[in-house]
Amino acid sequence: MELKHTAVAGTMESSDIMVTIEPQTGGGIQLELTSSVMQQFGRQIESVIRETLRGLGVENAAVSAVDKGALDCTVRARVSAAALRAADQKAYPWEVRQ
Amino acid sequence: MIDEKLLQSIPHIGEIAHRGAFSGVPEKNAETFQNRSREKNKILPSLEDAIRAAGLQDGMTISFHHHFRGGDHVVNKVVGTLAKMGFRNLTLAASSLAAVHAPLIEHIKNGVITHIETSGLRGELAEQISRGLMDCPVVFRSHGGRAAAIRSGELHIDVAFLGAPSCDPYGNANGYSREEGGTLACGSMGYARTDAKYADKVVILTNRLVQYPNAPWAIPEYDVDYIVAEEDIGDPKGIMSGATRYTKNPKELLIAQTAASVIDAAGYLYDGFSMQMGSGGASLATARFIRQMMLDKSIRCRFALGGITGQITAMHEEGLIDRVLDVQSFDLDAAHSLKHNRFHHQIGATYYASFLSAAAVDQLDFVVLSALEIDTNFNVNVLTGSDGVIRGAIGGHPDTAAGASLSVVVAPLTRGRIPCVIDKVNTVVTPGEVVDVVVTDQGVAVNPRRPEVAERLRKAGIRVYTIEQLKQKAEALVGIPDPIRYRDRIVGVVMYRNNTVIDVVRQIDES
Repeated sequence: MELKHTAVAGTMESSDIMVTIEPQTGGGIQLELTSSVMQQFGRQIESVIRETLRGLGVENAAVSAVDKGALDCTVRARVSAAALRAADQKAYPWEVRQ
Repeated sequence: MIDEKLLQSIPHIGEIAHRGAFSGVPEKNAETFQNRSREKNKILPSLEDAIRAAGLQDGMTISFHHHFRGGDHVVNKVVGTLAKMGFRNLTLAASSLAAVHAPLIEHIKNGVITHIETSGLRGELAEQISRGLMDCPVVFRSHGGRAAAIRSGELHIDVAFLGAPSCDPYGNANGYSREEGGTLACGSMGYARTDAKYADKVVILTNRLVQYPNAPWAIPEYDVDYIVAEEDIGDPKGIMSGATRYTKNPKELLIAQTAASVIDAAGYLYDGFSMQMGSGGASLATARFIRQMMLDKSIRCRFALGGITGQITAMHEEGLIDRVLDVQSFDLDAAHSLKHNRFHHQIGATYYASFLSAAAVDQLDFVVLSALEIDTNFNVNVLTGSDGVIRGAIGGHPDTAAGASLSVVVAPLTRGRIPCVIDKVNTVVTPGEVVDVVVTDQGVAVNPRRPEVAERLRKAGIRVYTIEQLKQKAEALVGIPDPIRYRDRIVGVVMYRNNTVIDVVRQIDES
């Protein structure tokens, strides 16, 4: 997926995460994460962000994430929304849970 | 009258009298009571004078109460003065400390204070201590444990500095006053009573000198040595607000409703029961549901104990609670009730919770207590946060959990992403042996030590989970947290209520 411009998703509310994604020409995913639960869940949040971007085919981006204790599902949703907005994609490949 | 020869001829005189024969009375005092009050009293011109008169020396122990909570100005004022006077190496033994006491950090760095004993720590002082500010670990005791340690001499207080919203020229001091006027009130001064009784010297700092006798008093004049009039001993806004509000948080209301049903199903809601409610949102809200059940069943509560809130005093005034035993008033409504209701009694920390004697906590049917973390052995942490930093107080948690026939610990299953039911609490404050039921928004667990309680709950249609099941529910929601990283260095020692060491708090590792 090709990112065209910077985009944001999420809020600074408790239990949410605000994700800003900026297109980069190379250098992979540069992630800057701050979290209110950094010690306990920092590792896990980072891996969910990277996994979500990999799933969307985003290879190069500067990602800044400010986490306020979001659950994994929220992290995935915010990262996906920010990436799709950055790519100007309107068609979201909705998953259907069986 | 009696001469030495006659005295010695009295049979068994050695067992009857030890002070010899009567030898006359000193000169009689004939001045008026009012003049005497003005001229011969315990009031000293300044705090410095009182410190000198009390004979404070380097290395001694000073004590404070925490009835002014976040509005306290006494600790900072006294320690600031001691620093200016050049004192060093003092032990500060407070019944608790709050965020307002951050200025102590400087005095610790400068060697004025080298050891702290307290029920809890909050704010910047707590943060710094968790990061290794002090060489000697802070000693954390429960309110009952502190009272016992002071009485046994394990915690010897050389000079107590006690703020009082009213005091007469001889030292009868109280947390309110029946005189007209006056703005500052903290209600009960229960924790200060222990300090006043056992400290070698007692200095009262008051913003309100009233005429003798300042009745009723929390602290009697015979326990007081010196009095200092200080304009500012505390900020009324920080000491207490109007009324502790009922929570509107649906999660907390659900927990409260469940807790009340658990108490009823367990058989402890009967005519003449006794109770204590903690000050957390969910435990306070439990009172609301208990009240409705009491009305429905037409039963009354014989006594409510502990930190007292407006919820409890409203039920007292409604005729639902016969007696209120108040060691600490949490809001202005409670303080107002203590002043006006004859069956709302002020009690001291020893009476409340000391393990050395029969205490009021031993007469509790049930207590509802909050928790930061609960583990699968039912151990409870109320002292350190999920990041390992000290941010709470033991209070009466272990005292009431041990004393009550049914201890109910209430907590949300998760706070944000942080699970509250986990494998091992960061800090054991109350041991699982004395925790009977855990109530969360997503289920109830009963300690296997109380199979009869579990059985009664099931019969009443309450679904009972194992504590492991609750832990798994939390993990399914938030995942498994990585453990907090600590260094080896011990920054705090946690005492159980019998003053044995139950756990330690280590310096957090931020590298």
